[in-house]
Amino acid sequence: MSEAFLSIRDLKVHFPTTDGIVKATDGLSYDLEKGKTLGIVGESGSGKSVSSSAIMGLYRGTNAQVSGQIILEGSDLLTLTDSEMRDMRGKDVSMIFQDPLSAMHPYYTVGNQIAEAYKVHNDVSKKAARSRAIEMLDRVGIPQPDRRVDDYPHQFSGGMRQRAMIAMGLINDPKLLIADEPTTALDVTVQAQILDLLQDLQRDFEAAVIIITHDLGVVAEMADDVLVMYAGRAVEYGSNKEIFTQPQMPYTWGLLSSIPDVTGDTDVPLIPIPGNPPSLLNPPKGCAFHPRCPHRDKVPDGRCATELPELLAQGSVPTHLSRCHLTDPDRVYEQEVLPMIAPDRVGES
Amino acid sequence: MSETMSTAPAGGAPAAEPEDDAILQVRNLKMYFPVKSTGIIRRTIGHVQAVDGVSFRVPAGGSLGLVGESGCGKSTTGRMVTRLYEPTGGSIMFDGQDITKINARGLKPLRREIQMIFQDPYTSLNPRHTVGSIVGAPLRIHGVLPKDKVLGRVQELLEIVGLNPEHYNRYPHEFSGGQRQRIGIARALTLQPKLLVADEPVSALDVSIQAQVINLLRDLQKEFNIAFLFIAHDLAVVRHFCPEVAVMYLGKIVEVGDRETLYNHPNHPYTQALLSAVPDVSQATIGGRRERIRLEGDVPSPINPPSGCRFRTRCPIAKDICAAVEPPLLQIGPRHKVACHFPGEIGAHPTEPVTQRLLGVDAHGQPDPGASPVEIPSGPGYSDTWFDLRSNALGRS
Amino acid sequence: MFAYAVRRLGIGAVLLLSLTLVTYFLFFAVPSDPAKQACGKNCNEEQIEQTRVALGYDKPWIAQWGDFMTGLVKGRDFPADEELRANNPNIVTHCAAPCMGFSFVNQQTVNEILSGAFPISASIAVVALVFWVTGGVLFGILAAMTKGSFLDRGLVGLTLIAYAFPSFFIGKFLITYVSIKWGWVEYPAYLSIEEGGVSGWLSSLFLPALTLALLFLAGYVRITRSYVLESLSEDYIRTAKAKGLSQRTMIFKHALRAALTPLVTMIGLDFAGLLGGAIITENVFAYNGLGVVALQSFTSDDLPTMVGLVILIGSFVILANIIVDILYAVIDPRVRLG
Ligand SMILES: Nc1ncnc2c1ncn2[C@@H]1O[C@H](COP(=O)(O)OP(=O)(O)OP(=O)(O)O)[C@@H](O)[C@H]1O
Ligand SMILES: Nc1ncnc2c1ncn2[C@@H]1O[C@H](COP(=O)(O)OP(=O)(O)OP(=O)(O)O)[C@@H](O)[C@H]1O
Ligand code: SF4
Ligand SMILES: [Mg+2]
Ligand SMILES: [Mg+2]
Repeated sequence: MSEAFLSIRDLKVHFPTTDGIVKATDGLSYDLEKGKTLGIVGESGSGKSVSSSAIMGLYRGTNAQVSGQIILEGSDLLTLTDSEMRDMRGKDVSMIFQDPLSAMHPYYTVGNQIAEAYKVHNDVSKKAARSRAIEMLDRVGIPQPDRRVDDYPHQFSGGMRQRAMIAMGLINDPKLLIADEPTTALDVTVQAQILDLLQDLQRDFEAAVIIITHDLGVVAEMADDVLVMYAGRAVEYGSNKEIFTQPQMPYTWGLLSSIPDVTGDTDVPLIPIPGNPPSLLNPPKGCAFHPRCPHRDKVPDGRCATELPELLAQGSVPTHLSRCHLTDPDRVYEQEVLPMIAPDRVGES
Repeated sequence: MSETMSTAPAGGAPAAEPEDDAILQVRNLKMYFPVKSTGIIRRTIGHVQAVDGVSFRVPAGGSLGLVGESGCGKSTTGRMVTRLYEPTGGSIMFDGQDITKINARGLKPLRREIQMIFQDPYTSLNPRHTVGSIVGAPLRIHGVLPKDKVLGRVQELLEIVGLNPEHYNRYPHEFSGGQRQRIGIARALTLQPKLLVADEPVSALDVSIQAQVINLLRDLQKEFNIAFLFIAHDLAVVRHFCPEVAVMYLGKIVEVGDRETLYNHPNHPYTQALLSAVPDVSQATIGGRRERIRLEGDVPSPINPPSGCRFRTRCPIAKDICAAVEPPLLQIGPRHKVACHFPGEIGAHPTEPVTQRLLGVDAHGQPDPGASPVEIPSGPGYSDTWFDLRSNALGRS
Repeated sequence: MFAYAVRRLGIGAVLLLSLTLVTYFLFFAVPSDPAKQACGKNCNEEQIEQTRVALGYDKPWIAQWGDFMTGLVKGRDFPADEELRANNPNIVTHCAAPCMGFSFVNQQTVNEILSGAFPISASIAVVALVFWVTGGVLFGILAAMTKGSFLDRGLVGLTLIAYAFPSFFIGKFLITYVSIKWGWVEYPAYLSIEEGGVSGWLSSLFLPALTLALLFLAGYVRITRSYVLESLSEDYIRTAKAKGLSQRTMIFKHALRAALTPLVTMIGLDFAGLLGGAIITENVFAYNGLGVVALQSFTSDDLPTMVGLVILIGSFVILANIIVDILYAVIDPRVRLG
């Protein structure tokens, strides 16, 4: 595992609040290889953004308690000094955010903000930084970049703003780009443009990408590997194909069965996940999903409610990990879940 | 080949769907918002043509989906139907009555029959009122039930939407997003409406909660025979909920049809692009991304929409005629209408405009003195004869 | 922008004239007799009546306002009574346009009174403004950066105490201790630039400006602190942090810039409140500025001076608001570019 480009080990991000400690990320581990794309999915509040912001060191200097290891190319980011981390941010690791309008300062031009990202890490003149910004705007497909560089964010459309954010994120050739819901605020046709762009650029820049989204379709099309998060932990992790064709964890099943898709059968009812998302102040004991899990009775002795399952390889694929006490998840999936969500695919594999 | 289009059913076959089963018929509906100049004297310097001549129908107990990109006029249409906005033009026949002509007094009974569910379950509920008083408010306002019966009815409603009736005295902030949306739905159901305008009812919800709400709406529709105008930008959700779907672009309906036709055989290049842009879960098994129709640029401003076909500035198959003449919403199948000069399935768009002769213009959209234009029905429903794309003529049934 | 400013100035002028009208109306609506005041304590009815005619107070108030307007445009001769002027040419004072009137209490034209007092007040106000804005912003940022700490609470608390103490108390304190007892600065007496040079002028203003500034400081510390804190939780600050910017750049370039709009708004509003502060400060320090003039004119029913003050101060408030609106556009491109 040590050769992985990025290794997260037992990452915890806890926020002390007046009501108690919010365990937004609580023992998260995963690996990401160079040049690959990891898709992170999970319910709102499952800790997707928090865990990724922790990689960027955005909780330094706040009251958040961050522990564990974030190993990027052999060095643990959590042990860096503040100034070492600052040098890293925006250069080796950069991040783009969901709402590109609020993520840009309304009073500075787009060009100024992009150039600023270049200037902090490179000892160059204002002019050089500006022409680099123009070059990047051109790369991300903004027409007439030499003119638009002096526009303010509100003069850009949503899609153009997100392009500009991507330009900002890639201006220093980062090794890792974290995209937190990069297309959630955009229309589908614009989303498609941005996803195309991200894919093209990733090929050119050879950066590893973490893409956070709640849209399983986006993950299915973009990711090499998928991480499913629930209540601050990884509950399933594997290759894109594994996760979508042989999911092993009841929460993942729930996610897949609750979304309609544009090509599926409309007579198949959606099967929602019952109940409500867990409290992070007081997460359920044992498997955090057990209060909502329709399969917990299959596990003897009520272990789901008492014992936290390990994140382990359950089936034949050693890189496909899941966190569940079920002993034969593949059989349960084929016999009970698949017939409900995709009757046409039963017996296919 | 007949050059005239008769509305009488060819061959005397009974109309597939009599118009009178529609609870809602919208005809040529328009909403122009004035744009004011800045300064002391605020002159009107233009109009946002938010909705510009849409026609559609919703059958009693049925659902019509309205999809399209941000700003295309979906919400505005919904708001006109609920009479939150006064339409600039057109008519809205609800239950046989034109509600655009109703005055403020007549609106009150109407408000009982048409209800709205809003997108944001956080801001649409008054945080200072208990769930009981929110859900019961319509009952009190309309005085439909004696005071002592209200409590019972509200608890019943809470139960219907899957909330605990004991939550009567709680406040909205004590509920999760999905539960709040249920409260909003319970409120909309209080007066047993005939039509629910659901404006992005699940967009703000998490996927797992989305399914709960969609299923709930489906059950309610079956149980109470409620018709839905279902507005959403999520094409998959709309497809799941609505047997019939209309696609809007920049204030106009560009394609409307039953769900199978629209999703499997879209004929309008915009619908095709829209559908191809939706990321598909089943792509995981194939790997990579789907081949898609790339649309360049952004949606133009509705203040100054392009001439002719509004989609032409981004359309991959646009020709001269598209800038010159606006394509009519032409029926091309039993339950399928499309507004394009070159309708056809992907890769099979005709090379010559099919609308040319109907409109009395040449292939470039210039008036053709020799032609005899045809009156194309622009009503909300479908007729029994339509324009056949294969024979390029009207009159197929 | 230019057309906008011109239009705003036009509206401002109309507003000012209406203000003078209201002042005239209100002055005559209250039951007091300016003629009796002007004539003195020992006048009998007849003498008062003569004074009334001499000063023009016998005419209907609206006509008096008309005369005033004429003076503004054409200039006027005083006293108002024509007969009196014809008989006693030696007491006639000519007041050139724009004439704001003649104060019988001071036996001077209002223009003279105001032009004597204005530089003093303006000097105090400008220096005080510089004090409280720089102090408020710096302390506010400091408080925001050390949020929750002892320093933060100390700064906010101290400025609040300064605000809570009456100005005359602070003024007296500063004179007694800082100047007399400790001798850190000279006993404050106004020196114009001609008299004392820039440094003399500034040091003569130090204590009164400080007194005035302390009145406003607390608000600026708090508003800067809260807006900087608020903008620190904005998404664009997170972006700035993610770029690898230092804390200093983040605060001074990004957070402070966003706090400028509310600050400018507040300065615009405080301009109107400045006179109230100046009255007390100038009286404590015995600087004969507008504050002193205002107090005198109110106690002696000196209508012409009051109206003059209304015009002068009104113009500045209106001008300040126009400047604030223009500044909004300068600060915020969304205002400028729609
Ligand atoms: N600074 C903070 N203080 C306290 N709690 C926080 C803080 N930041 C985040 N949280 C909490 O941590 C949890 C995880 O948040 P996070 O933003 O990572 O969720 P997410 O998975 O990204 O969800 P979404 O899909 O809604 O973006 C949430 O419950 C959130 O309220
Ligand atoms: N009250 C109003 N005044 C002026 N313009 C308006 C008003 N309401 C809507 N518009 C404009 O009308 C157009 C259609 O808006 P509408 O809200 O109907 O779009 P929508 O399809 O619901 O989009 P979304 O998916 O973003 O909700 C937009 O360009 C919008 O800016
Ligand atoms: S561990 Fe138990 S409760 Fe958790 S997902 Fe597996 S079966 Fe369900
Ligand atoms: Mg998030
Ligand atoms: Mg809308």
